[in-house]
Amino acid sequence: MIAVIDYGMGNLRSVAKALESAGANEVRVSSDAGIIRGADKIVLPGVGAIKEAMRELKRLNLIKTIHENIFKKPFLGICLGLQLLFERSEEGGSARGLGVFKGTVRRFPDRLKVPHMGWNQIKVKRQNAKGKTKERGILKNIPDNSFFYFCHSYYADPEDKNIIAAVTDYGLEFASAIRKDNLFACQFHPEKSQNLGLRLLKNFVELK
Amino acid sequence: MLTKRIIPCLDVKDARVVKGVNFLNLKDAGDPVETAKRYEKEGADELVFLDITASSEKRKIILDVVRRTAENVFMPLTVGGGISSLRDIRDLLNAGADKVSINTAAVKNPKLIRDASLKFGSQCIVVAIDAKLAHSPRSIVRRKGLSTVDCGPWTVYINGGRTAAGLDAFEWAKKAEKLGAGEILLTSMDFDGTKKGYDLDLTKAITGAVRIPVIASGGAGKKEDFYAVLTEGMADAALAASLFHYQDLTIKEVKSYLRKKGVSAR
Repeated sequence: MIAVIDYGMGNLRSVAKALESAGANEVRVSSDAGIIRGADKIVLPGVGAIKEAMRELKRLNLIKTIHENIFKKPFLGICLGLQLLFERSEEGGSARGLGVFKGTVRRFPDRLKVPHMGWNQIKVKRQNAKGKTKERGILKNIPDNSFFYFCHSYYADPEDKNIIAAVTDYGLEFASAIRKDNLFACQFHPEKSQNLGLRLLKNFVELK
Repeated sequence: MLTKRIIPCLDVKDARVVKGVNFLNLKDAGDPVETAKRYEKEGADELVFLDITASSEKRKIILDVVRRTAENVFMPLTVGGGISSLRDIRDLLNAGADKVSINTAAVKNPKLIRDASLKFGSQCIVVAIDAKLAHSPRSIVRRKGLSTVDCGPWTVYINGGRTAAGLDAFEWAKKAEKLGAGEILLTSMDFDGTKKGYDLDLTKAITGAVRIPVIASGGAGKKEDFYAVLTEGMADAALAASLFHYQDLTIKEVKSYLRKKGVSAR
């Protein structure tokens, strides 16, 4: 069973439906700590403001549950679900995140149109000499320079650059996907990225 | 590199696509879900549903359409038409919409933009502006002692284009951005339906006024029009309804033309 964490932020239904379409047998959208603990895999989606998100996670007593389970089983963070993993964000002056990773979530500079909205490419970090990606897990069969749908005003700037799995160029290059062990998080929306998005979700569904 | 977006718009009334009658090879030509699937195949970057259901008691119908679409099509979906409260917005987002487009209610109650963007995030709040060239040219406006800023060349219309809102489009776009809108859907009422191309002057004026993305709408007739509005007009996305409905042009054709001309398209 895949648990999609419901903390009242954004379009969870799309995420659940996309996972089902990608082959997931059982998807549960839930804010129940027991269900999240009992899940084989966890998805942390979300759009909107980070402060509001943290407030809701706290209110639902989910912060501890997330910390305890995040490296225990395959975990997928999407959009705000990636940004939440960091220590702090510049959003609304400053805000605290979950602090799973060291680093800051920053706002795009004023010279750029904000939000960064639409289809952009990802550059996969692990490549062989021929420029083919060497990805197995969640980025398996996702070609370099694939297009995904983005919609965000802030981006994560991790201290440990080794966790960056892919970058995207929007006038500045930012981490569009991060990974550590069984944890993967993307700034783009696989559930809104048509075939390639569904392929990525299928990879997640098939992770052991 | 971020691509320019090509967005088909579906006018939906009582759960049916109003202009969809000419579609070929569709199980149900008037079914919004089938139409959405077809556009996804053609390479649409996003979809817009404009709910033109007149009566408020039928408002629930669109929620069902959105729900069924979100189950079948995995691309961004914007829904507009008759949205007037935070409740309306939440219902649509919960049903599976990614963004909502607000027009009349935003003009009548600008606070709605602020409240909605704080609650749901700017990224899902689109302010739709229907603009029309004002009858009085600038010289007359000046003579009356009004500044051109207060009453620029384009006026905002609400209620489906029936009522002049007494707002300057340029100023309203800036205000909408300040209030928290994440995007502007700009329709030229003068060019809409003419097929003579997008209103480049209007689009240029608005894209120059704001730093949020602008979707240009109204007037598309051929592939060159898309090129013009995305380059000269500086629009981030171009929307068309009947052109794609009646297959005068396919999204694929538009995109391959754009790429050939050096415009970044997916």
